[in-house]
Amino acid sequence: MHNVSTDTAAHAPSQLPQVTEPRNPGQPLDMDWVRRVQANTSAIERRCATLPGRRSIKKDHQAAWLLKAVSLIDLTTLSGDDTERRVQRLCAKARQPVRAEMLEALGLPDLTTGAVCVYHEMIPAALRALDGTGIPVAAVSTGFPAGLSPFALRLQEIQQSVALGAEEIDIVISRRHVLEGNWQALYDEMAQMRAACGDAHIKAILATGELGTLRNVARASLVCMMAGADFIKTSTGKESVNATLPVSLVMIRAIRDFYDHTGHRVGYKPAGGISKAKDALVYLSLIKEELGDRWLQPDLFRFGASSLLGDIERQLEHHLTGAYSAGYRHAIG
Amino acid sequence: MTVKEIFETMDYGPAPEAAGDALAWIVGQGAQFGHFINGAFTDPAPGFDSKNPATGEVLATLSQATQADVDAAVKAARTAQPKWASAGGHARARVLYAIARLLQKHSRLFAVLETLDNGKPIREARDIDVPLAQRHFYYHAGMAQLMEAELPDREALGVCGQIIPWNFPLLMLAWKIAPALAMGNTVVLKPAEYTSLTALLFADICRQAGVPKGVVNIVTGDGAVGEMIVTADVDKIAFTGSTAVGRRIRQATAGTGKALTLELGGKSPYIVFDDADLDSAVEGLVDAIWFNQGQVCCAASRLLVHEPVADAFYAKLRTRMDKLRIGDPLDKSIDVGAVVDPVQLDTITQMVNDNTAGVTYQAQTPLPAEGCYYPPTLITGLNTADTLMQEEIFGPVLVSTTFRTPTEAVELANNTRYGLAATLWTENVNLALDVAPKLAAGVVWVNATNLFDAAAGFGGVRESGFGREGGWEGLMAYTKPTGTTKPLKPIPAFTGHDTPTDPLDRTAKLYIGGKQARPDGGYSRNVYGKNGALLGQTSLANRKDLRNAVEAAAAVKGWAKTTGHLRAQILYYIAENLSARADEFAARLNAMQGGRSGEKEVAASIQRLFTYAAWADKYDGAAKGVPLRGVALAMHEPVGIIGALCPDTAPLLGLISCMAPAIAMGNRVILAASQPFPLAAADVYQVLDTSDVPPGVVNILTGDHADLAPHMAKHLNIDAVWSFSGSDLSATIEHAAAGNLKRTWVNNGQARDWMGAEGEGRSFLAAATEVKTVWIPYGE
Repeated sequence: MHNVSTDTAAHAPSQLPQVTEPRNPGQPLDMDWVRRVQANTSAIERRCATLPGRRSIKKDHQAAWLLKAVSLIDLTTLSGDDTERRVQRLCAKARQPVRAEMLEALGLPDLTTGAVCVYHEMIPAALRALDGTGIPVAAVSTGFPAGLSPFALRLQEIQQSVALGAEEIDIVISRRHVLEGNWQALYDEMAQMRAACGDAHIKAILATGELGTLRNVARASLVCMMAGADFIKTSTGKESVNATLPVSLVMIRAIRDFYDHTGHRVGYKPAGGISKAKDALVYLSLIKEELGDRWLQPDLFRFGASSLLGDIERQLEHHLTGAYSAGYRHAIG
Repeated sequence: MTVKEIFETMDYGPAPEAAGDALAWIVGQGAQFGHFINGAFTDPAPGFDSKNPATGEVLATLSQATQADVDAAVKAARTAQPKWASAGGHARARVLYAIARLLQKHSRLFAVLETLDNGKPIREARDIDVPLAQRHFYYHAGMAQLMEAELPDREALGVCGQIIPWNFPLLMLAWKIAPALAMGNTVVLKPAEYTSLTALLFADICRQAGVPKGVVNIVTGDGAVGEMIVTADVDKIAFTGSTAVGRRIRQATAGTGKALTLELGGKSPYIVFDDADLDSAVEGLVDAIWFNQGQVCCAASRLLVHEPVADAFYAKLRTRMDKLRIGDPLDKSIDVGAVVDPVQLDTITQMVNDNTAGVTYQAQTPLPAEGCYYPPTLITGLNTADTLMQEEIFGPVLVSTTFRTPTEAVELANNTRYGLAATLWTENVNLALDVAPKLAAGVVWVNATNLFDAAAGFGGVRESGFGREGGWEGLMAYTKPTGTTKPLKPIPAFTGHDTPTDPLDRTAKLYIGGKQARPDGGYSRNVYGKNGALLGQTSLANRKDLRNAVEAAAAVKGWAKTTGHLRAQILYYIAENLSARADEFAARLNAMQGGRSGEKEVAASIQRLFTYAAWADKYDGAAKGVPLRGVALAMHEPVGIIGALCPDTAPLLGLISCMAPAIAMGNRVILAASQPFPLAAADVYQVLDTSDVPPGVVNILTGDHADLAPHMAKHLNIDAVWSFSGSDLSATIEHAAAGNLKRTWVNNGQARDWMGAEGEGRSFLAAATEVKTVWIPYGE
């Protein structure tokens, strides 16, 4: 159920949804359900604002939770200046996310991150660097981040990434379909992208910072799940507002409702803006409270983050030594 | 557990708040406490143990106050009061500000001590109770500063006796002490015996804050001490607690002239409409009924769910209940702590066990083996007739039924003796703003629950008590009009033996439901002029006539919903018609009272009608500056049905002075006319008949005030009684009013100048209205 194993070959597929959960096959677009959805912003904000005060995770428990967070990270580089060597360095960090002697001391020597997330052009580099580790490679796709390249090209991009060996595809939805209230178009787009993915898993990026309202976030979440998304994901990391707790609460409540109605568990990935260990703990407690422990596994939850890991490493060293740590003591990714 | 094992289970683990500093403070005080009187702690005396309900451990021993202790505290407060009031608003503001700062500086100590003593989760004490207590002192520091400029016609009441409950020990102390001190009062406060420690810590910081000695006095002990305070030489009693005790205090203070505010029990409704954000509404219930183990007077303990979403909502709610964590209140990850005392735990258990109706669900979550814990409980499928739908449980028990339409939701919500708070969830602004004013409650929360702030009034209607705490309206409970009053001299009716000069029968009947009605008892009395001439006969109303009048008033509910503009038009019309018959009225007044003041009284009456016609659409509410993205509206609503015993003097002006403000604000009235001079009232019937006053809005009885007063005060469908009668009926009325805890406004045997400024104005408007605070958070 978690990605710690000495037998990486046997362990490898456990990060993918199909091993323990049947994939979400999707369902017809149910507009009654979509229209019924409500999201009361101020109540949602209150729930999020008080949650950190309601759950406090200390000492060994904090260390264990932070290690869990590491196992859930999609270690990411999505920059115009990415090179093969840059991706190699990132993948090395994914394989050894925390200093070996620290992991040894904490009793989880084989901990890795959940996946590595790169652009299409970097897939081969990532695959080479992760060969034999079982760590999947996720590729952002479909004209990421704006998602406005020709639709046929977007589908082709998915197919090519899958053909190169990406096991997870992070697609971006057309925000205009949400803003125009054209749910059928969103459903159709999502369903075609899902089909293009084949056996690779599809994460639907809603770009919640550009959807205007939490109600739109909730409706877009539902429509994407109806069209067969394996994961729903907040943001590309390129919008001005990325993952927030209120957006997360709305999306995971949609996931919960979808599960209650269909029996299919869809995963959740907040991305962008989560850079502190403390924030990661709040996210995990939100998931634990609202969705349940089953979602605290890499097949159903990921952090899309790049700088989060560094802060977690420093907190873990503090846990082990009692001394506050310094960034340069930990390998950069 | 190893880190690796926790990595698998992802449990929260313990997160204990350290209690060392709080325990050290107790030990530092000797773990034995006396009372805080005249700026110093008395020596500890025999008393009782204060225990931690989570563990049963004794925290400290407290002293049971004796009569001598209470007397000493009251005397200290009495001595200190004039100087405290005359120190001026700014001086008091500085002291209140210092208290607020000290509460902030010692916030964690207060929070931990509160949790140890009361059993509430540390999260609540730390994030809610203590910050709100601070906020109350900051806010009222500002009120002290502004008092002279903004409330020039008000002054301190004097010494206030304050009795507070165990559910929010520090917060209730703050709600009581801050406004009292701001307005120049001094206080004698008794915390609940279970939970006195934070009050004693507060006493400690009063010394550091420079509170002059005698301004704050704190005595500890059980209900017997409360009774001593109620009967002591104090000018006001402020009580928060059970309806049963509130009723006894109402009776005990009846006729003493002591001001009284009561904040009592509740069975507050929580209405979920089918278009609500159901997940958020479920989460709201966590803050509504599982906050402080449900031991909250305004806990939303009656869940009303719209039928189309009821099953889905209950399913979500049960799932959520299973996630609640119950246990050591000092653990930072605990949602539900310990019930305050084994006695309270027994009461809750007994009430739930005695219930056989509906379906009971208890949270599937572990309970600690030891300590006073009760599982979060939901009972669905109840009906209004079931005991648990009507009786306050004061524990973590939620009862529920369903409704079909918004109208039915309101009907169910209001089907209760209580009226403290109400919550409603809908995404439809039309529905929210339509339903909120219809709910019988002092506070309404829209799409939220249990929001509190010093700027927003809090308090109830019906048997939830009267008076508001917080905001400008809260200051009315700690001030009185400036100036002195004179005792009222009784005015006997004139006597005579003459036969009627007019052979035509002039027996004035009663005015009930827009019709002239013969008195039920069939008795009339002669009315003589000063010169002994028989002026006519007047009917003697009895309790059945009163009953009929209340029925007539109850039938014209719609009056409360008319516009202020319409009511103004009707008041102008009354004035117009009175003016047309001014000479006739003046002659009647002169004949009844003697002298020649009739013309002047008629003119004053017309002017008074104009005054309230003017006010009818101008007694505005307020939008409160609460710390929230949203608005807290203080809406003025009519009280309902008001019974008024009109003054004996100024038989026309007195009647108009009671009637006009009441109906201007949308109330219906039953007026008992001047006892010695009733005939002017009878002439008013015809004026009302011709002025478009809907039948039943104004009902007028004549007869003996002493006969009518107890029945008026006892009547459970009358919402307030005013007495300006020449007979001093204050004690009778206030005592009988304890039945449904109706508001009373009595003269305590003091005269009022009806011709002058004190015969009209804001005090009448305030008595004719309830302030309802409607909280509307917003944001998309």
